[in-house]
Amino acid sequence: MSLKRKVLELKKRRDQVLLGGGEKAIEKQVAMGKLTARERILALLDKESFHEYDMFVEHEARDFDMDKKILHGDGVIIGTGTVYGAPICIFAQDFTVAGGSLGLMHARKITKIMDHAMKLRVPLIGINDSGGARIQEGVNSLAGYGEIFFRNTAASGVIPQISVILGPCAGGAVYSPALTDFVFMVDNISKMFITGPEVIKTVLGEEISMEDLGGARVHSEITGNAHFFATSELECFDQIKKLITFIPWNNSKKALAFAPKKPKSKYKIESIVPGDPKLPYDIRDVIRAVVDDSDFFEVQEYWAANIVIGFGRINGETVGFVANQPLVLAGVLDVDSSDKAARFVRYCDAFDIPLVTFVDLPGYLPGVDQEHAGVIRHGAKLLYAYSEATVPKTTVIIRKAYGGGYIAMCSRHLRADFVFAWPGAEIAVMGPEGAANIIFRKEIMEAEDPEKMRKQKIKEYKDKFANPYVAAAKGYVDAVIDPEETRKLLVHAIQVSKDKTVYTPNKKHGIPPF
Amino acid sequence: MKNIINKKKDVEVNETSFKNLNIEGVKYKTSLTSKFERRKKWEIPDGTKVYSFIPGTVVKLFVNEGDKINAGDKLMVLEAMKMKNNISVPFCAKIKKINIAEGERIPKEHLLFEFELTED
Repeated sequence: MSLKRKVLELKKRRDQVLLGGGEKAIEKQVAMGKLTARERILALLDKESFHEYDMFVEHEARDFDMDKKILHGDGVIIGTGTVYGAPICIFAQDFTVAGGSLGLMHARKITKIMDHAMKLRVPLIGINDSGGARIQEGVNSLAGYGEIFFRNTAASGVIPQISVILGPCAGGAVYSPALTDFVFMVDNISKMFITGPEVIKTVLGEEISMEDLGGARVHSEITGNAHFFATSELECFDQIKKLITFIPWNNSKKALAFAPKKPKSKYKIESIVPGDPKLPYDIRDVIRAVVDDSDFFEVQEYWAANIVIGFGRINGETVGFVANQPLVLAGVLDVDSSDKAARFVRYCDAFDIPLVTFVDLPGYLPGVDQEHAGVIRHGAKLLYAYSEATVPKTTVIIRKAYGGGYIAMCSRHLRADFVFAWPGAEIAVMGPEGAANIIFRKEIMEAEDPEKMRKQKIKEYKDKFANPYVAAAKGYVDAVIDPEETRKLLVHAIQVSKDKTVYTPNKKHGIPPF
Repeated sequence: MKNIINKKKDVEVNETSFKNLNIEGVKYKTSLTSKFERRKKWEIPDGTKVYSFIPGTVVKLFVNEGDKINAGDKLMVLEAMKMKNNISVPFCAKIKKINIAEGERIPKEHLLFEFELTED
């Protein structure tokens, strides 16, 4: 056989594999409103950058007549490519092949590309669309999941790991995405749960749809499992590509710097924030007023919206933002918001992304439900994460910074490098109303007109303590600044912190409260 | 779940839609999350009422209304998640009312027994 004929033979073999589970299965996939695994890879990666490996891998299962079945690529596609030029390792489960079920060889392909990603020190993207474990392969399939989870953990904080849920991801399989850095979900397509609606109905008698149990909305708004919510697969891919531009390829590299751009003129920092600390505003507009091109890329937008986290650029360089959101629950810290911010701080610290914290909070959310849900344990995560982080940390106190909330939001005491305060900032152990009621309880009670006395004492307290100068006098605040100077100072703080070095005692690892 | 759809558009900062949230005596104007609004009000648990902690089937009842029971006595067997759970009582009491029968399927948080606490 001439080489030419052998090449033709190769082409024939390839064409068979490219059809995945066959035309009928592809039709079904399309009918569900989903792209095929290959279409997804092509839509996500740079044009003609994708190269596939292990195309001709075959499963080895012999029981239950499996030896008579051909599963092309064993239900998963792996390869390398680029996103905006950034090198990427990728795997995509192919639902058209045996429902994307995970058997031994399927798992081996995934772990192979994970090992590649670690060796090459490039981001890993995993597209999940699978019915779960391949029952016929028994414990081999469980072993496969375990090998994946182990690698997810080993790679955590070394290379960025991105999970894209584009179909079902159920049972043990959910723990791979849960161990990765960012989870992307699409409305009506993504489903994640440990036990599905059928089991729940049989054993508990509760009826619920897959979408209501573990759809994209549920995980974006209620559980916090998902970091990004999209209404279509293509929108989801745009979000992934945008994220890739903000993060470094691995933990020994800096994120790519872009050409510096000024914020858009429509975000005027002074007109965003009302003077009365009881009135709300959208903190994201303050972030937009200081980041390049006013481009703020929010993470976990819908879950625990009382704290805002996300990426932006200052003078062309990636910065991670954490900010209280007075628009939602007055910006309080609670179980979910502490959890959300703490994990983000640790992400930025692992990947050498400087942190900027905007503070405007009345304290912690009161309530039995919060106490019983463990606000102490969860709240401690944020203190731990900020204290532990050695990346440049800059804090800007905008209005209120009361009590434990003041400490938790990257205060000087948790080793912020720079703490700036706007002139309207109130840094105090609690709000003037509450403080006056306690300190002057006796005077208020004994006064002829207690209400008048209360108001007078609140004013006294306000005049004396509800300002940034008490903290500035102790050096807890480095500078009281004109709001207009915020961006200028952030540019400067990040510029001078480039070679920041912190010496920490040698330890295997700490024991954060999770 | 409607929140997401609404938030997809730019949030209009509309004064009238804000609610008050009281933190340490100060009322802040803000919006509330659906999770916050769904939270359960705390109630002091009523020690004389026993509710099911899981849905299941009443396989066996060991007691009758009016029975005096001692700490450790078995009340019933509740089959749930393919497991037969022995339900016993940690204190002495008299059974005032039984709201279930053998063979009955019951939902979660269903009132099973009502007690009258006794001295000994």
